[in-house]
Amino acid sequence: MTSDLQTQTLTTIHIPTPLRKFTDGQAAVGVQGNTVGEALAHLTEAFPILKQHLFNEQGTLRSFVNIYLGDEDIRYLDGENTLLDANATLSIVPSIAGGCQ
Amino acid sequence: MHTSPDILDAIRAHGQATYPEECCGFLLGHVTAEGNRVVSAWRVENQHADNRTRRYTITPQDYHAADRAARRQGLDVVGFYHSHPDHPARPSATDLAEATFPGYTYMIVSIQNGLAAELTAWSLAPDRSRFDAESIDFLPETTPAS
Repeated sequence: MTSDLQTQTLTTIHIPTPLRKFTDGQAAVGVQGNTVGEALAHLTEAFPILKQHLFNEQGTLRSFVNIYLGDEDIRYLDGENTLLDANATLSIVPSIAGGCQ
Repeated sequence: MHTSPDILDAIRAHGQATYPEECCGFLLGHVTAEGNRVVSAWRVENQHADNRTRRYTITPQDYHAADRAARRQGLDVVGFYHSHPDHPARPSATDLAEATFPGYTYMIVSIQNGLAAELTAWSLAPDRSRFDAESIDFLPETTPAS
């Protein structure tokens, strides 16, 4: 194990129900990463098919995909550059909308 | 998908209560090999800023709260429901454009002149191109006696 890995933060990412079929059924996945962006990159490296569901063709998060650090939307923190403390918890949270017309 | 008659009644009642505005909420339950199993409907307020007779929005904050409440009960968010006031219980172009992940069950109840009419269930196709109809089956223990 490298010293880099030893100093990186372990983050738990909660996976929405429909995406668990792409994470071997796991409801939460532990990944390394010092920022939200790094943690998401490690998540999609471990489970590549998640990438097309979370990110658009331009490589940015889909418009309905929100990432929460604890109870806070990372948009109101430092986005994907938000630093993670030890044992941080991230949640992938969809925005739901529609209507009859 | 599988559910019980009382869940469907709760969704119909919510749609009638908010008429002529759209109602919305979460479907809580379990993912099974036979499809989503819905054991609870969780109401939320339609947070769309305007035109709530034609549009609905569930905020990420409401999703986050419902998800945590579901987990405390050993349940998962397996889908969503909303009403179509004076419109058919069919996904609209807006519903498709705003759809999230394939795998959730989307239920739609049509409310005609204030009264619940057809209630349908849908799931987003894997390529996101359309909604496919899901059959609504009753859980064995909740099937009304014939």
